[in-house]
Amino acid sequence: MTTESGADSEPKQQQEKGGKEKGGKEKGGKEKKAKAAEHFPAAAGHSTPAKNNQFEEDLSSTRSSTSRLSIKSPLRGVKKLKNMQCKITLLDGSDYTMTVDKRTRGQLLFAKVCDHLNLLETDYFGITYRDVENQKNWLDPNKELKKQIRSGPWNFGFNVKFYPPDPAQLSEDITRYYLCLQLRDDMVSGRLPCSFATHTILGSYTVQSELGDYDPEETEYNSELRFAPNHTKELEDKVMDLHRNYKGMTPAEAELHFLENAKKLSMYGVDLHHAKDSEGVEIMLGVCSSGLLIYRDRLRINRFAWPKVLKISYKRNNFYIKIRPGEFEQFESTIGFKLPNHRASKRLWKTCVEHHTFFRLVSPEAPPKKFLGLGSKFRYSGRTQAQTRRVSSQIIRAAPIFERSSSKRYTMSRSLDGAPVTENHDTLMRDATPAKAVAAGDLITTVTPEKKAEEEKAEEEEAQTNATETSDPNVPSTPLRQDNKTDSEQTDFAFDGETTATENTEVPEELVKHQRDISELKRSFLETSGGAESPGLTEWEKRLSSSPPTRSHSEGVEEAPMIEPLNTPQDSETEEVPAAEEEMKQEIQANGIEAAGVVNSSDVGAGTAGAQGCGLMTVTDTLEDVTSDWTDRETDGVKEDGEEEKFLVSPELKISPGTVRQEVSTAILDKRGTLIILREMESEDKMDATKTNQEKGGGASASVEEGEDDELDGDPLTRSKEKYSIINTNEDETGGQVDAEAMSKETSDKREISLNLSQTETDEEMSGVNSLQKTEAPVDRSEFTTVSREKVTELITQDAPPKREESCGLDEAVSDLSQWTFPDGQFATKPSPGSLAVSSLGWVPSSVTKSPAEEEEEEETGGRQEAAETAQSTGLTKPEAVPAEESTTKEVPVVHTETKTITYESSEGDYDGDVEPGVLMSAQTITSETTSTTTTTHITKTVKGGISETRIEKRIVITGDAGDLDHDQALAQAIKEAKEQHPDMSVTKVVVHKETEITPEGED
Amino acid sequence: MAGVMADFGNFTHAVVRAIPSSLAKEALRMNVSDVDLEKARREHEVYVGVLKQKLGLEVIELPADESLPDCVFVEDAAVVCGDTALITRPGAESRRKETAAIRQTLKELGLNIVDMSDETATLDGGDVLFTGREFFVGLSKRTNQRGAEILADAFKDYAVSTVPVTDGLHLKSFCSMGGPGLIVIGSSEPAQKALKIMQQMSDHRYDKLTVPDDIAANTIYMNLPGKGHVLLHCTPEEFPESAKVFEKLKDHMLIPVSNMEKVKVDGALTCCSVLINMKAKV
Repeated sequence: MTTESGADSEPKQQQEKGGKEKGGKEKGGKEKKAKAAEHFPAAAGHSTPAKNNQFEEDLSSTRSSTSRLSIKSPLRGVKKLKNMQCKITLLDGSDYTMTVDKRTRGQLLFAKVCDHLNLLETDYFGITYRDVENQKNWLDPNKELKKQIRSGPWNFGFNVKFYPPDPAQLSEDITRYYLCLQLRDDMVSGRLPCSFATHTILGSYTVQSELGDYDPEETEYNSELRFAPNHTKELEDKVMDLHRNYKGMTPAEAELHFLENAKKLSMYGVDLHHAKDSEGVEIMLGVCSSGLLIYRDRLRINRFAWPKVLKISYKRNNFYIKIRPGEFEQFESTIGFKLPNHRASKRLWKTCVEHHTFFRLVSPEAPPKKFLGLGSKFRYSGRTQAQTRRVSSQIIRAAPIFERSSSKRYTMSRSLDGAPVTENHDTLMRDATPAKAVAAGDLITTVTPEKKAEEEKAEEEEAQTNATETSDPNVPSTPLRQDNKTDSEQTDFAFDGETTATENTEVPEELVKHQRDISELKRSFLETSGGAESPGLTEWEKRLSSSPPTRSHSEGVEEAPMIEPLNTPQDSETEEVPAAEEEMKQEIQANGIEAAGVVNSSDVGAGTAGAQGCGLMTVTDTLEDVTSDWTDRETDGVKEDGEEEKFLVSPELKISPGTVRQEVSTAILDKRGTLIILREMESEDKMDATKTNQEKGGGASASVEEGEDDELDGDPLTRSKEKYSIINTNEDETGGQVDAEAMSKETSDKREISLNLSQTETDEEMSGVNSLQKTEAPVDRSEFTTVSREKVTELITQDAPPKREESCGLDEAVSDLSQWTFPDGQFATKPSPGSLAVSSLGWVPSSVTKSPAEEEEEEETGGRQEAAETAQSTGLTKPEAVPAEESTTKEVPVVHTETKTITYESSEGDYDGDVEPGVLMSAQTITSETTSTTTTTHITKTVKGGISETRIEKRIVITGDAGDLDHDQALAQAIKEAKEQHPDMSVTKVVVHKETEITPEGED
Repeated sequence: MAGVMADFGNFTHAVVRAIPSSLAKEALRMNVSDVDLEKARREHEVYVGVLKQKLGLEVIELPADESLPDCVFVEDAAVVCGDTALITRPGAESRRKETAAIRQTLKELGLNIVDMSDETATLDGGDVLFTGREFFVGLSKRTNQRGAEILADAFKDYAVSTVPVTDGLHLKSFCSMGGPGLIVIGSSEPAQKALKIMQQMSDHRYDKLTVPDDIAANTIYMNLPGKGHVLLHCTPEEFPESAKVFEKLKDHMLIPVSNMEKVKVDGALTCCSVLINMKAKV
């Protein structure tokens, strides 16, 4: 396999808009800087294709100088060469050269290389390139090369991207061979540290594979042969000793043995990134198949298995993970890390997204359905491990014959200094650019549906079993816990049910007490019971411990905080702005936007609502991620990221102050029921809005957009939350705090709490309303059906009070279950500008403007009540025929902006937050647009506990002047359409969110 | 076929050390107690006898050093894994010199010696739990972060996670390995908490065997050719409830070993020997 000439490279992708980029210039200069990775030699970044130059003679590499200048793109001005010569350094150290059109996408290059290598199981591999900082990045298969290679020569490396936890499961020997080559490079370079003994063992298999049986007469190791960063004669002798024993072992067998040993090394497949924790302590973050590892020096100081991680996000150079509360913890916590720069944090984020998706999800996306639209862009295009295994199991070709290269190359490429580790500076940040996976990944990092939901359950059960054991000596050990098939699949231990329960009951009281300062409470929870300082604290804790200003002993806190709460010291310093408020502000800023959302969800299976609360967590997660992208853009400028495309996708983005939009956001978490969430925000005049905005800070408008984008892009599950969270984040950044904040603080806290109690789930928007929904929904519906608006309104009004009571009852009942939600509330309380991503409970319906504040306060305070009130005050518009749907329009002539949200929910239940999310089978996003409305449909299929659920979430944004628009009609239409399209599904929830900017008399 | 991380629990040699008379009065202890020196010595003889006669290990017995009252607890002086021996820097000042004799012995056995020369580092072997797949190092009164880091450097193949030890002397004062993938753990709150931390930190799955008494959770597991799973554990006289738990282990050869006197100076079963597998040497 030799020549690969430019002839093959097609000049496809003409469709690109700007052909006029600098593109790559051919610069030969390789910059190599040596950067010492002192702390963690292992931290070496991904493989370094440093080994190239020397092997120009390599047979396999042929330079194709064929340049096809055929089609030129006379786009603007400068004409440039259309074709570029690419040099890809392969795993055996040889270079493979070809000429491609500059607009070629990454996948073509990748495909050609794989083809050249005769590799079929390609999903574990990827192509790397160096960015301007000489950091290694993964080539995005979906993007044009020229958009990724900004400068410098087009030099690439072919590397293993996802290290299979169990290499024996690879289908082909050739795949294992390339994996071996990668690992050998990892070892020699020091990225994969191992003991002397292990070096000898692995080395012996290497020589067996390459040289065959040991022959006392002839076998002589090439002097350049290297098995370790520090090659010694002793090592070579030991290798030889072992080599003697392998007579008859085939190369493939030797490689298998090699891999069976290598995979056990603790740093196998761990992608390390330099970072600092919140205290500025240097640490390393390691991304691997099973989760995220935190190292300080060589010590592992914490570990977050994927099931523990609810959300991954980054903003600027900060990287955040949100953690599911442990058994001793009441709250989710968000942990922030500082990366060297924005690029680094983004790389880390992408790496996490990809690893999570590849190793943990069954499938990244749903198969395309009939609809066309945005979908593809937002999907994760690569296969997951599960998928690639399936596919590769069907490989039918005869085992390809290939030649093992001599390990000579390895040696040569390495410098002789014996400290290769220091050589690769980029090492540390081996980053994964979302290659195949990218699509979905960028905007949506969802940590949601885990395929292991069931496993986790099982674990929980185990845990309980264990607990039982404890008390019952009869059952000494639990044989249940065995390794599952692959390492990657192992999950954390289940929480101890009993403990949790206990704590839960206690919590509510605490909450009440500490409403004011929830964050404090949280800290206290995190504290160690003994209050023991250093000795009792983990390394992790110690560093954290300094932060919490208030260390109060709260009851049930027994567990040492493994996790640091995001909002620690900094937060306290900053004003406490309830997340909800922030959100609100944002919305307000958005002014002109009305949102009406219709969501339909139906369960395919006869799922019970109860169990399915999981969605929340996940959802939330996603949102933030999205946010982060946004943020980056704002900050960094679009170009760098090259992600503009995505943005373009969402139709809703156009936000002009004057416009009125209706957004319909629906978040439907589990219930089969449908949620229709209508958000209406009307702003009649831009000017007023503007004022408001100004107060809040210029960032507002931007943030709004972001939010929307996110929703669109984000996982279906997550959307609604995403918005909010996004918003929050933005606000923080912007620093635009609203006056209202101060006013509403107290209120908001309460509010949130109540919300939480009501529990439910996911939708932050809804959360406030939930209580209402549950109880009221049924009643209202029937009424609505027949009644005209006004009547409806009346009805609502009347009904409201009694409903409240009911709802209260529910809330209480629910409270235990929902406790876990509290964390959000707490966080929300303390969001500090600058601080990390805090999950926010979106309390949608509130307006930020000062004047309105009073009203809002009422709403807020009331919690559910308000919702009811809102309805009342609002001129209600009712969609007629559809049961369970309502739209509330607010037409009250007020001076300021008002936002009202009403949720009607047909179904029952509460979700237990701890319930595992189902397995996400597929997700799809479709967008359609008419003059005044934009409809985004998210279809999510989830399998949970054998029940599959299809949830359709429609979000409709109706834009227009309040006067011109018949919201009712629009809503009715939307619902009608939804029903028509999915006759077999039921509408479980309707949320109407309306924001109206009314005349600017008040203060403005 | 050579392999990494094979042969967990397979030992060929043991290093032990005699009890000095000074132990009774001068050995460190967390609680005031009177030690019957003679009884302690008889206990120790039985212990060594089990290793030697019953289990057939090659036992190297070092003479006591009267100036080192705690010298019988050799475990703290060295961590041996595979062909490498990390000579520790014990957290108690008075014990630092115990390492010399151990070091000499291990070196003579042909192990690769790694010294802990950093003056800021402290590590007691009793804080080191090796599971066969990874290390947990208790950060205790005797062991600090730096000591753990050096251990991680010495045994690069393995993940090394730190676990805070709030109560008790050492990490292994309330836990130990009872078999491959089986952690024996005390039922006290600190013990259970430590276990949770270990679980969170680990990529691997472990079973746990919970015993009512923390100190009873300190056992010695071996997997010996011809004998299979062997577990040295507390006697029913000392900890009747915990002993019952061990008796449920059907696959193990169970050997109750009395430790009544040594425990008074915080000596657990594992403390009194350094186990080595010379076959593991490459």
